[in-house]
Amino acid sequence: MSIASPVQTEAAPQPRFRLNWTIAIAAAIVGGWVLLAVFAPVVAPFDPNAVDIMHALAAPDSAHWFGTDQVGRDVFSRVLHGARVNLLMCVAGVLPPLVIGTMVGLFSGYYGGVVDSLLMRIYDLTAAFPFFVLVLAIVGALGPGLLNFFVALALVGWVTYARLVRAEVMGVRGSEYIQAAQCLGFSDRVVLFRHLLPNAFGSVVAYAVSDSVLVMLAGASFGFLGLGAQPPLAEWGVMIADGSAFIRQAWWICTFPGLATISLGLGLAFLGEGLGQLRRRQVSA
Amino acid sequence: MQLVAKRTLQLVFVLVGICVITFLLVHMVPGDPARIIAGDRANAETIEAIRKSFGLNQPLWRQFLTYAGNLLQGDIGESMRYKRPVATLIGQFVWPTLFLTGYVVCLAVPPSVALAIASARKPGGVADQIIRFIGIAGMAIPVFWLGIMMSRFFGVALGWFPVSGYGKTFIQHLHHLFLPALSTAIWMVPVLVQSLRAALIEKAGADFVVAARAQGASEREIFWRTILPNAVLPTLNLFGVIIAFLIGGTIVVEAVYAVPGLGSLMINALLARDYHVVQGLTLMFAVTTVAVTFVVDLLSALIDPRVRL
Repeated sequence: MSIASPVQTEAAPQPRFRLNWTIAIAAAIVGGWVLLAVFAPVVAPFDPNAVDIMHALAAPDSAHWFGTDQVGRDVFSRVLHGARVNLLMCVAGVLPPLVIGTMVGLFSGYYGGVVDSLLMRIYDLTAAFPFFVLVLAIVGALGPGLLNFFVALALVGWVTYARLVRAEVMGVRGSEYIQAAQCLGFSDRVVLFRHLLPNAFGSVVAYAVSDSVLVMLAGASFGFLGLGAQPPLAEWGVMIADGSAFIRQAWWICTFPGLATISLGLGLAFLGEGLGQLRRRQVSA
Repeated sequence: MQLVAKRTLQLVFVLVGICVITFLLVHMVPGDPARIIAGDRANAETIEAIRKSFGLNQPLWRQFLTYAGNLLQGDIGESMRYKRPVATLIGQFVWPTLFLTGYVVCLAVPPSVALAIASARKPGGVADQIIRFIGIAGMAIPVFWLGIMMSRFFGVALGWFPVSGYGKTFIQHLHHLFLPALSTAIWMVPVLVQSLRAALIEKAGADFVVAARAQGASEREIFWRTILPNAVLPTLNLFGVIIAFLIGGTIVVEAVYAVPGLGSLMINALLARDYHVVQGLTLMFAVTTVAVTFVVDLLSALIDPRVRL
């Protein structure tokens, strides 16, 4: 982790200790899910899509830890395989907006001018739409599906990253080390990517982790509504939608994917919060 | 006055932008729009006739001008599924959503204010730590899942509340919408608490607080008479963001509890590819958000003499 601050502050040693613990536990949860997702085919006792009508709606027991769903698929195996889809969402839903937004923010903050005022107007405009509604409408226009969900996120999400990076760049644009770099005759490219980008990176990463909670939950909501991942793909939102029709007879079908969503969400949320605090502490130090 | 003029200019720009985006939304639909309107079995002549009658053979900017002109006359398109103007549909479905929104605000604001005050009175204290922990944890709960679980527990198992619909009388509305409102509120409170807490703590470090302390005011007095009133304004400014959040949240919750509101209308329109309804609703949600932000800005200018300068 390049984010870890090397500066030891005397003022508040105790919260710092606790903060590192928060990050460690959150990282362990997220890391655990990543491992489970990677090794899902090995760990999962059943094929996630193997239909077994004879054992449909079976309650959790020693063979099927989380029970089986309405067509007899093993819920435990489906939750494990679902981790692949839901973690993919965090990556494919966050990285494109992050990269596009960071680039735009860097140039806009450094050069200013027309591009910059245009960016701010675009920001005003996207802020006018409720985020969820805009993504929903774009997915509706393009057609339901995971890929279109990612496209919609890229179209909408980059603006926030651009604004974040722009603010970071404008904060240090006039500072002495940037002036020094410019006086020494470094090209704009070097100043932008060697000096300004690393400076903004900590905030971007902290924000991206928090953002991935929103993206993962939005993705699960879309799967639940039938607009994201499509059945029979094992995705937590899709599984919850499947199970909601059978909740009176079989509580386990939608309970376990929900708990999985919460645990991954908690891990990511606290990781993002911890990194954000670390970043703020670093800046004030 | 200058501020009002500036904000109004900005408002006009944003409104035009909203029109452009909602217009482009329907044009993002892959495939030939005339064919989509005509349906799969239409022959070439019908498609051509539709293309003409909807003006789809005109250049894009002409189509946009027609769209914008219609909007100015209050015509936001027609539903292909219901064969009715979108505006009429919205008028029909808006009441449950408005009721739900008001209900959520009533349920969410009092505990948020209480928690934020408890949290900000002693930042870093035990209460603050716990509230912050719950706040972060609350954001990780999928609201649709919470809705299903609550309807299963309080609705089916205990039979306390109906699990779907809206009811007929005011009391029935309150009863039917309790679980949907509670699910949304649970998700809403952490966001509110965080913003209010941040505002309170920021004001606690302001110069006028130091001044009040120097004058010998008690800590109690400082908190209730100096910090709290000053924290109201920044919170008011968040209202636009909160409305946007609420709209997104109620869409999913309405779908879970089958509340016949705008959210259900939106989801059904999306699944049925009723594009003009989606377009009209997106437009309406955006305009609502912008209008709320605008009014709040003007209000805070009215309350706060400093903004007027």
